[in-house]
Amino acid sequence: MNATRKALAAGLAALSLLAVSACGSDSESGSTNEVEVFTWWAEGSEKAGLDALVKVFDDQNPDLKFVNGAVAGGAGSDAKNVLQSRLQNGEPPATFQAHAGAELTDYINAGQIEDLTDLYEEKGWNERFPEGLLERLKQDGGIYSVPSNIHRANVLWANPAVLEKAGIDANKTYDSLDAWIADLKKIKAKGIIPLSIATDWTQVHLLESVLLADLGAEAYNGLWDGTTDWSGSEVEAALAKYSTLLSLTNTDRQGLDWPDATQLVIDGQAAFNVMGDWAEAAFQEQKKTLGTDYTATPVPGTAGVFDFLADSFTMPVDGPNPEGTEAWLDTIASDEGQVAFNKAKGSIPASTTADTADFNEYQQTAIKSWAEDEIVSSLAHGAATSVNWLTDITAAVAKFGSNNDVAGLQEGLVEAAEDNKPE
Amino acid sequence: MSSTVPGAVKRPGRSQQPRRPRGRRPGGRGWVAPVLLILPTVIVIGVFVYGLIGSNIHTSLQDRHNIGPSQGFAGLDNYRDLFTDDDFIYSLRNLMLYTATFLVGTLSLGFLWAWLLERKARGESLFRAIYLFPMAVSFVASGVVWRWLLNNAEGDRASGLNRLFETLHLDFLQNPWWTNERWGILAIAVPAIWQLSGYVMALFLAGFRGIPEELREAARIDGASEWQLYRHVIFPQLSPVALSAIIIIGHMSLKVFDLIMAIAGQTNYTTQVPATQMWVEFTRGDYAKSAAIGTVLLLIVAILIVPYLVSTYRQERRR
Repeated sequence: MNATRKALAAGLAALSLLAVSACGSDSESGSTNEVEVFTWWAEGSEKAGLDALVKVFDDQNPDLKFVNGAVAGGAGSDAKNVLQSRLQNGEPPATFQAHAGAELTDYINAGQIEDLTDLYEEKGWNERFPEGLLERLKQDGGIYSVPSNIHRANVLWANPAVLEKAGIDANKTYDSLDAWIADLKKIKAKGIIPLSIATDWTQVHLLESVLLADLGAEAYNGLWDGTTDWSGSEVEAALAKYSTLLSLTNTDRQGLDWPDATQLVIDGQAAFNVMGDWAEAAFQEQKKTLGTDYTATPVPGTAGVFDFLADSFTMPVDGPNPEGTEAWLDTIASDEGQVAFNKAKGSIPASTTADTADFNEYQQTAIKSWAEDEIVSSLAHGAATSVNWLTDITAAVAKFGSNNDVAGLQEGLVEAAEDNKPE
Repeated sequence: MSSTVPGAVKRPGRSQQPRRPRGRRPGGRGWVAPVLLILPTVIVIGVFVYGLIGSNIHTSLQDRHNIGPSQGFAGLDNYRDLFTDDDFIYSLRNLMLYTATFLVGTLSLGFLWAWLLERKARGESLFRAIYLFPMAVSFVASGVVWRWLLNNAEGDRASGLNRLFETLHLDFLQNPWWTNERWGILAIAVPAIWQLSGYVMALFLAGFRGIPEELREAARIDGASEWQLYRHVIFPQLSPVALSAIIIIGHMSLKVFDLIMAIAGQTNYTTQVPATQMWVEFTRGDYAKSAAIGTVLLLIVAILIVPYLVSTYRQERRR
């Protein structure tokens, strides 16, 4: 009898535990002065940038409390999965980080983020961000996020010492991919890696640069709105050049990530590397001097074009604290916020009114190009296409990396465009 | 990795269990306590295993290819798309190649080691520990090391195994490992075999120990040669162990994910298997396709496991 009662009690206890765990998740809401900012900035220069931003935010909003909702790992993919389940469960953070541009398509279609067009008008942000950027941020006539920083994707990093060793003038600039490829072949003949590259997404990054260089800015933009034909001979010619370039890279690319590829240039094992300007931080950390230890120029054939990508912040629908979200977006857009964040992260401010006098030498060149150049959207970093389209392109590029079938690559890219093209 | 070996080794003393006294039939107050005790488990498993399998199958039948809600019922369209997709066929082929290699590798190495140790080798416990040890490491942790060991750079930049081959003047053995389009997946089986062979050895060793010495003696007295002894006495006694090993290694192999993520990453083409594809599809928000891949994977594992469970169940009822 006693044993029965004990068992009964144990069973009941277990059941009630279940019940408790089932409704334990909705106890966080309550205080409305908290602003949870969801990012994947958990370490390195990104964390430093976020910290600098928080300092500005606290100064501007002493009565609001910043809550760090960062999720680390997987270059943001882990964070995106966590974010998606929260959005679908109706528990959005006050604001979340996303690449500016077409990557937001899915969130917009699913009705998960607010149109900020009115806010831009009200706050006068339309006058502070360059028109080319606003144009590229617009989707279905609305703007859905506030950019915090700008990176340039089409940068060619080179090691002058290696170039001289291979008998090539280190100050030479190239007008076209063909001229560049000719020199790369000379470098290869000397037994040096001409162009360093890493895993799949860096290959997409190279492909994007090649398409931009070979097709030109206008036709490159046309790839994303349907006016340029993916199955056309222009794309075919560009892919052939991509194939040639890939044959001039290190063979162990699949096992490396971008810092390893950039390191090959820093260490003098490779002559060139195509990477976004976050690579600047790697050169700086190792006390290298621009101009003598390394050079940074636009990828051959893309001079006068700024292939941009940007991080940005959104306002989720039914957020827990709309005023807090607005305050955060205000900080992001403010010149103080833009300067503090970008100095720490190594990128450049999106706003043209920010005071950038004490940014470093490379950043100054990027700021100048940002103001003068034609702006196009980066493919590999979410500005040009939806997540789905980029995933399909990455799969096609990864497949090409292992079978070297140019026709198959073009077929894969055409198919990806057909499946994902905006109507 | 907490797999047990149901039915592999005869449990002693089973038949001596006292039978339930005839007088107490279920139905009085006697059943309340047991039912209450197992109820939480039944509910938890019901919801989190079978409920979620059901919901997964439901998702796989929907037209739901982005993060928005479902666009309606799609029937078997998602499955049809999967099986006409070359990449999915390629990843199924990869999975079969991997499983075959993993099985053959662990079973033969595991058997060989068990056989050697069973012959009263000196330092048996030391070797047993050495062979079993890799199992204590998680696939993710060992994957990070094998990523370096299986680096595909050759020549000057070679590292890991390729470097070792070069130093030993065995340059012809240098190869691109997991980046080869046709056979790359076999390179992933190498660390898996390294890690699980010791476990299979332990299974076989337990099997060997379960064979009474008298049987061998009887066979020898009957004039059986050593080969005949193994062929007709030992192997038949070991077959339940081998079956268990195949089931355990086989279902682990079909679910391979962490090792590939750690060594090659999720987007690498040559090492695609259904589980990594499922992850990629889930991450991009194609929930229907992801769920369909998950269901196919579940079916493949079920083909392996269900007959085994049925036969074990029958055996236990017969006892």
